[in-house]
Amino acid sequence: MAAGSGDDVFVEFEGVQKSYDGVILVVKDLNLAIRRGEFVTMLGPSGSGKTTCLLMLAGFETATHGNIKLGGVSINNIPPHKRNIGMVFQNYALFPHMTVGENLAFPLEVRKLGKAEIEQKVTRVLDMVQMGGFKSRRPSQLSGGQQQRIALARALVFEAELILMDEPLGALDKQLREQMQYEIKHIHESLGITVVYVTHDQSEALTMSDRIAVFDDGVIQQLADPATLYERPENAFVARFIGENNTLGGKVTGMNGVNATVQLDGGPTVQALAVNCGAVGNRTMLSVRPERILIGDASAPNVLEARVVELIYLGDHIRCRMEVAGDDSFIVKVPNSHAHAALNIGEVTPIGWVTEDCRALDAV
Amino acid sequence: MTDATSKGPLTTADGTPLKRKLEQAMFASRLRAFGLVAPLLAFILAVFVVPITVFMVRGFHNPTYETYMPKSTELLLEWDGVSEPTEEMAAAMVADLIQARADKTIGRAATRVNQEYSGTRSMFTRTARKAAKMEAPFMAALVKAHKNWGKPEVWQAIKVAATSWTPAYFLAALDLKYKGDGSVVWQVEERQIHITLFLRTMEISLIVTLSCFALGFPVAWLLANLKVRTANLLMILVLLPFWTSILVRTTAWIAMLQGQGVVNDLMAFSGLNQVILQFMLLFRDYGDLKLASLCSNDVNGVLATGEATLQTLSAQAADAQTTCAAEMVRIYSASGLEAAVAQAGALKAEALRWGYGDERFSMIYNKTGTLVAMTHILLPFMILPLYSVMKTIPPAYLRAAKSLGATNWTAFWRVYFPQTVPGIGAGSMLVFILAIGYYITPALVGGQDGQMISNFIDFHMRKSLNWSLAAALGGVLLIIVMFLYWLYDRVVGIDNMKFG
Ligand SMILES: Nc1ncnc2c1ncn2[C@@H]1O[C@H](COP(=O)(O)OP(=O)(O)OP(=O)(O)O)[C@@H](O)[C@H]1O
Ligand SMILES: [Mg+2]
Repeated sequence: MAAGSGDDVFVEFEGVQKSYDGVILVVKDLNLAIRRGEFVTMLGPSGSGKTTCLLMLAGFETATHGNIKLGGVSINNIPPHKRNIGMVFQNYALFPHMTVGENLAFPLEVRKLGKAEIEQKVTRVLDMVQMGGFKSRRPSQLSGGQQQRIALARALVFEAELILMDEPLGALDKQLREQMQYEIKHIHESLGITVVYVTHDQSEALTMSDRIAVFDDGVIQQLADPATLYERPENAFVARFIGENNTLGGKVTGMNGVNATVQLDGGPTVQALAVNCGAVGNRTMLSVRPERILIGDASAPNVLEARVVELIYLGDHIRCRMEVAGDDSFIVKVPNSHAHAALNIGEVTPIGWVTEDCRALDAV
Repeated sequence: MTDATSKGPLTTADGTPLKRKLEQAMFASRLRAFGLVAPLLAFILAVFVVPITVFMVRGFHNPTYETYMPKSTELLLEWDGVSEPTEEMAAAMVADLIQARADKTIGRAATRVNQEYSGTRSMFTRTARKAAKMEAPFMAALVKAHKNWGKPEVWQAIKVAATSWTPAYFLAALDLKYKGDGSVVWQVEERQIHITLFLRTMEISLIVTLSCFALGFPVAWLLANLKVRTANLLMILVLLPFWTSILVRTTAWIAMLQGQGVVNDLMAFSGLNQVILQFMLLFRDYGDLKLASLCSNDVNGVLATGEATLQTLSAQAADAQTTCAAEMVRIYSASGLEAAVAQAGALKAEALRWGYGDERFSMIYNKTGTLVAMTHILLPFMILPLYSVMKTIPPAYLRAAKSLGATNWTAFWRVYFPQTVPGIGAGSMLVFILAIGYYITPALVGGQDGQMISNFIDFHMRKSLNWSLAAALGGVLLIIVMFLYWLYDRVVGIDNMKFG
């Protein structure tokens, strides 16, 4: 799953930098290759430069430095209207003075297509987003979800090969958002288009994407498929940003092959997979997913004493906050099954984990 | 609903009908709300609604003659206006004249009749002096005092004046004449001025509105799309003239546009005047700008070559000639070469005196002056509504249009522009309605042909003291504005208009 190379690379950022004010680099050295037909998500906190990247790709902002290629050709000097890239905006940007049908016909009219052809394409794309009966409505007469579908349809109707979406589901409620995620994914698969998707909702990114580029501070922290990103984060930012995560600070005291021996700030020493921790003597941050903690099992490889601080009943599992090595924000997910004895607040119990599940990352 | 109808009206717990209870509850808050607006309401009624209504009524009602000449009024109103005026009427007239002279009100009555038939003022005052000594038959005595008493149309005019409730003023405002026999005819040609004036007022307002739109739209766009700091600065520049007195701004235009003004100096200095002049000569369609420049061209020609130029000028069609050319040609054909050349010299001296000697354009004290100054003054009224509408159009629309394949122009024309229509409507209505009633600027810089209807209303208010005609002209103006408003509502829709 390395960055695509060779013929099938469709979109390519090469050492792209962007500064709005000549003082701060909003995007620092972006390198990203997206294959034809791929669904790539840019995920990152607010202000990390995701929209800026998308706007540079669409042609509304110029890269301060570097090259952006589409189908092998540099598009730095091609104006937006000639790039043939479909874009779905965060607030949809449906033209309020046109009906749904006119909105959809707009990209076809500016391409000077015939009336009958326009009619046919508009009808087809409306059916695709299941909005067949809404052609003569105004955008203001549609619900948020319906507007979203129309915005999507408008980006699709002129058969662009690349579709950009900037937080398209941001304004929808949870249930609708999940339904739309599924539909967008479905359309992506059936049309074989390439999608660059921007969101700051990690579960959305995990559900929809082929690959996710995690952004922070204008730099891609990690680019990988969802499973890798979750299972094997490469640095502390990704580990904390994707999914729930327990962190323990410590110091590397020894290395043995792929593993590192780490002395925790609270005293005890544990083994962890050395991913990004540097040499002996460095500070490091250990990352363990809450569901990978083995509880009440004194025979596990890395056993620590833990005291139960808080219990939250969540049906299928119980969230248990514990004090471990002097840190009382350690979370453990206990499956709600007969095999697990009920825990009580204040109780002290041994916890542990398999060495590979604990990753020694850069200290923040 | 069905409950209420089947069981009678809904009641509250203590048995009073719900509706009445609700009204009682609302009454106090209504009273308070009314109390808050009452001062404003009283103010508007006292200084706006009442005076305007009273003044509008004057357009229909003028009891001057009836008040001061009651006896003749009674008989005149009974008279059919067609048959020969009777001896009885003459007797009543003489009696009224004696009484009015004694009361010193004869002047007012005479002025009123004079509005209907000019020259009758002196007839009345002169006859009134002799009236005391008149003896029957009175008709003959009247005619002896002033021969016009013998004309039926004079009596008809008096009958019109004697009718207090009259459409005469409104008809006069439309260049129509209401005759004593009840018929309505066009005013004689050389006195038909109002319709021309209304048309010119509309024309000036329309041109001013269009110019404001053409100049204001790009500025509003910049205001809405520049960085906040720059936009604020620009906004101050837009508002600065707004805060300056109209008089100061208009006077500044005089300094700019007059014969020896800044613009003419610059054009003479750069030689641009020659270019424009040649261009205008090419088309001979030069409106206001023509006067000084083209005239001086003709005058200089006559002074230089004499006969030859006069021959050429004579050969031109009358409507292609400048005023100077026409004058010289007329004198040439009437009194010969020498007189024509002398006239050319006089014209040249006159032009030099006004600063138009070396081919300068007259851009002030005419329609051009009115147009320029009014456009400048009304520009903010176009920019501000446009700006407030453009401010609310998110840039995402233009981006979306471009991403969909539209060129900059298509994106602007099909996506941006339609969304500014409410602002254009509001701005145009505002500017047009303000322009149509504009008064001070045309008065200062309008000269002869830059006068508008308001200047005429002012004239009748202050100079001729014919308030009824002023009221009628104002009434017609009001009707025109309301009609345009209605038309706008039908075409664009008033609720589709945004002032900000
Ligand atoms: N037009 C602009 N002028 C100056 N700075 C800008 C401009 N647009 C964005 N920025 C700055 O660039 C940085 C990145 O902005 P960007 O919009 O790309 O963030 P984002 O990742 O899309 O955030 P979000 O998730 O909130 O949409 C921010 O610090 C922002 O303040
Ligand atoms: Mg963004």
